[in-house]
Amino acid sequence: MFLINCPFCGVRDQSEFSSGGEAHIVRPKQPTELSDDEWAEYLFMRKNIKGIQFERWNHAHGCRKWFNVVRDTSNDKILSVYKMGEKPPVNYK
Amino acid sequence: MPNYRIHKTEYIDETKRVSFKYDGKTYYGYDGDTLASALLANGIHLVGRSFKYHRPRGIVSCGAEEPNAICQIGSKKELTEPNVRATELELYEGLEASSQNCWPNVKFDIGGINNFISPLIPAGFYYKTFMWPKSFWKKVYEPLIRLSAGLGKSPIEPDPDIYDHKHVHYDVLVIGGGVSGIIAAKMAAKNDLKTLLVDDKKILGGSTIYQNNETIKIDGKLSSEWLKNEIQEIKKLSNLTIKTRTSVAAYHGYNFLLAKENLTDHLPEEKRRNKIRQRLWKIRAKKVVIATGSIERPLVFNNNDRPGILLSNSINKYLDYYGVTCGENIILFTNNDSAYETSISLHKKGIKNIIVDLRKSASSELIKQAESLGIKIYFNHVVTNTFGYRKINSLEIMKLSEDGNTTVGNKIRLSCDCLGMSGGWTPMVHMHTQSGGKLDFRDEDQVFLPKENSEDQISVGSCNGDFDLENIIDKTVNKINKFLDIDNQDYQDTNIICSKENDKRNIWLLPNKIPLGKTKCFIDFQNDSTAKDIKLALKEGFRSIEHVKRYTTTGMATDQGKLSNMHALGIIADTAGVKMGTLGTTTFRPPFTPLTFGTLVGRNVGKFFEVVRKTSMHEWHVENNAEFENVGQWKRPWYYAKKRENMHDAVQRESKAARDSAGILDASTLGKIDIQGTDASEFLNRVYTNAWSKLAIGKCRYGLMLNEDGMVYDDGVTTRISKNHYLMTTTTGGAANVLSKLEDYLQTEWPELDVYLTSVTDHYSTASICGPNSKKILNKLFPNLDLSDENFPHMSFKEDKLENINCRIMRISFTGELSYEINIESKYGHSLWKMCIEAGKEFNLTPYGTETMHLLRAEKGFIIVGQDTDGTMTPSDLQMDWIVSKKKYDFIGKRSLYRSDTIREDRKQLVGLLTDDPKEILEEGAQIISDVKSKPIDMLGHVTSSYFSPNLNKSIALAVVRSGKTMKGQKLIIPMENKNINVTVSDTIFLDKENKRLNA
Repeated sequence: MFLINCPFCGVRDQSEFSSGGEAHIVRPKQPTELSDDEWAEYLFMRKNIKGIQFERWNHAHGCRKWFNVVRDTSNDKILSVYKMGEKPPVNYK
Repeated sequence: MPNYRIHKTEYIDETKRVSFKYDGKTYYGYDGDTLASALLANGIHLVGRSFKYHRPRGIVSCGAEEPNAICQIGSKKELTEPNVRATELELYEGLEASSQNCWPNVKFDIGGINNFISPLIPAGFYYKTFMWPKSFWKKVYEPLIRLSAGLGKSPIEPDPDIYDHKHVHYDVLVIGGGVSGIIAAKMAAKNDLKTLLVDDKKILGGSTIYQNNETIKIDGKLSSEWLKNEIQEIKKLSNLTIKTRTSVAAYHGYNFLLAKENLTDHLPEEKRRNKIRQRLWKIRAKKVVIATGSIERPLVFNNNDRPGILLSNSINKYLDYYGVTCGENIILFTNNDSAYETSISLHKKGIKNIIVDLRKSASSELIKQAESLGIKIYFNHVVTNTFGYRKINSLEIMKLSEDGNTTVGNKIRLSCDCLGMSGGWTPMVHMHTQSGGKLDFRDEDQVFLPKENSEDQISVGSCNGDFDLENIIDKTVNKINKFLDIDNQDYQDTNIICSKENDKRNIWLLPNKIPLGKTKCFIDFQNDSTAKDIKLALKEGFRSIEHVKRYTTTGMATDQGKLSNMHALGIIADTAGVKMGTLGTTTFRPPFTPLTFGTLVGRNVGKFFEVVRKTSMHEWHVENNAEFENVGQWKRPWYYAKKRENMHDAVQRESKAARDSAGILDASTLGKIDIQGTDASEFLNRVYTNAWSKLAIGKCRYGLMLNEDGMVYDDGVTTRISKNHYLMTTTTGGAANVLSKLEDYLQTEWPELDVYLTSVTDHYSTASICGPNSKKILNKLFPNLDLSDENFPHMSFKEDKLENINCRIMRISFTGELSYEINIESKYGHSLWKMCIEAGKEFNLTPYGTETMHLLRAEKGFIIVGQDTDGTMTPSDLQMDWIVSKKKYDFIGKRSLYRSDTIREDRKQLVGLLTDDPKEILEEGAQIISDVKSKPIDMLGHVTSSYFSPNLNKSIALAVVRSGKTMKGQKLIIPMENKNINVTVSDTIFLDKENKRLNA
């Protein structure tokens, strides 16, 4: 059970949150211009990294805000949290 | 009756005699006993039959690791509990316990025949034997296996006990109240850290608390006396909480742990009433100290499982803690020093005993003490066989060869009534590994040790591989100071004398002259797997420890291999010729000891099991005999049966009334999302497939929402209340998910949009009135409202007052009839409903439930998302191309509508089906085929909705069928178990294709 530091509410139990998968996948601005392959890349392809992963979380049973989390999937350590629209921390590339 | 209680101890209160029943017979023990110690005091070793061979088995241990002494307790159907370890069960007045896995009784058990046919039941027996003939599986093998499988009996009635959950936060959690745990807890608490100390036993002190050998001393006192002082001291510490009878079951990430506290299991039944039985502690600790100790290992030799064979240390505990001797003529078989403590203790109480030691020699102070007492020691000897059916009566020993691989010389037969085994100690690394910690292997004494790699948890004491008292105390103090970043000096001058040494001769499978195939060298007592089984698995090609475990079932019983896993690993390593450390271990999974379901569920039982949502009209539905259907968490009226009506009759009546005159539906559960903001129209354009910008104020529009993959996700009608204000409705079940999805897009993809979403599902109640007479009813309710088609046409919205209360009225229809939905603040919902019913009386206004709603909409060919769709249907698959805007540049899912897969013409598509026999009603979910003879039969699709329509007087169905759009008029077949039903593909709209009824 993670403890997640919601950037708006502070540290809360994992049961208050829902996970939204990989972060920084931007919805294409002009989907109609994309080939099937390019659209499939956006729609289906996810990295599922063992190690440091950027992911989206939602404080569903709290402030309902979405935000980003940097998590090491090999040991579940959350290394950083930051708001939507903020740049990811550079030291975890 | 024999009495094996030979001396008084401070832990047994002999003034309080306790009577209990075991296998129907009454015995007596004392307050402080466990069931196991009380049975042993009565001379009872034989407590069960083994799982596979039904061999007689006795008590082996004194704790959580017990494989044999598991029993069924309680005689009441709702309170009985199986697989309770007698070694942990505290005795109470009136306890009723019985042995398991034996019939007719533990002394004479029919299944014992398995022992004699055991050569026929090797490892993997079930996999190998019950393979053929195939037809035998269901009728012969499975019932037989089920009959003989399983240990105890489950309670068959609801658990009447109360269970509780408690959430707590601590700076430090210490697991285990032995000497190292007590030291750790004291150091933490004295340094201002809020500390919790838990121990699964009734009292603190671990195995040191009954230690009474004068060669093991702390500060000049017996180690037990010293520890009692420490316990007195820590009890005074204000920021230390001590929880006994509390065992940690699981150690999850982020130092989140679950512990079970036993509150009443030790009390007589009449004292338990209205008390909480068990409490689940949900603990968040900044730091965790694991001090779970270690358990003694058995030794693996021929017939090492007879009743009367125990772990050496357990014999010691029964003697020094409970005052009970396990025999009068005891042999201790060891490969290390610890059995000598037991031996000396027995000797001092006048119990004759001798020692068989695998080691060639040993010279610690403890051994010298034993020798000086005249205790006979056979060094360099091994037990090769034991005798006695219901209890051990003698054994054979032989000399070990130089390399320890074989036996030499002659057999020596020794008589005994009890045998103690000591194969050294296994650190309890369960908690460490559950938390994600890794293990190291220490070759010298063949143990896995925690590899420290975390700032948040640490292992101290013998679970960290520190076995002698000096090491335990010194290392614990140093490690805790460092771990907690404190400088505690309490133990700096502690003077420890310990006569034990760690010297050990480890042989996993002891040598024997008898070929292995003819021996019974048990590794896992509870699942009856032997060294032979392990070797057979290896011979048959199994290599991974995880595979060997599953094939032989070693370590898979209720004790989870606490005594057996190490030996299985050792024998595999020896046989395969690999180093023990490289094999790894099987996974240590929670819970450490079995938990009751009650503990896990806590108070979330009965009506607290799940949230129930009821509409404001609910009481009226109840009063009017509604059957309810669960839709998500909502209770929705399913149908309202009148006297002598079954469901079919009720639905037929309701459906007919709704079309002939008027019907009323409680539509309050539909999701309602209030959408406001200057970009509200643009937002709707992006989330629905159709265009919204031009929707006039006061008008309603149906919308279809897709996922980004182009599949239909939800639908509903949205009303434009003012320029920048919309009210969206969603499906009942999809409401929460739709809101989440919309919020997600707003926050992450389109933060620039000025849009605000508010869920108002619970804020408004909705009565939906449909049918040709609905306008007349509305007119009675809202006499000032102009209901003419010109002023209030289909798909439009008006506001009016009902006795001064604002109502939002939408003229929208899910039935195909002229239809109005009246929304009112929820607190007035019940009144609104009653007023509607009253006004509708003269028009036979008939309340109808979800089943009739489904039927009516199916007549009209309207889909239900989630019934006619399943996440693989595009709008085009539903023949709803008309709702997809060609002009809009983008909306969620648009690009996916022309992926190569979504434009395939042979996708499954929604069609209508008419049965050739109009009385035949199809089953929803039934498969659809075109040709009964083809092999394999080509499955074309399935029925999604099916009803008997009273308005059309025939059966109608919706279905998804491959290339269905092109199949109108084609004959298809629905194959059922005993017949084939012929159907014809039809249009999806069965009634009023011209929409005449909407304006009736």
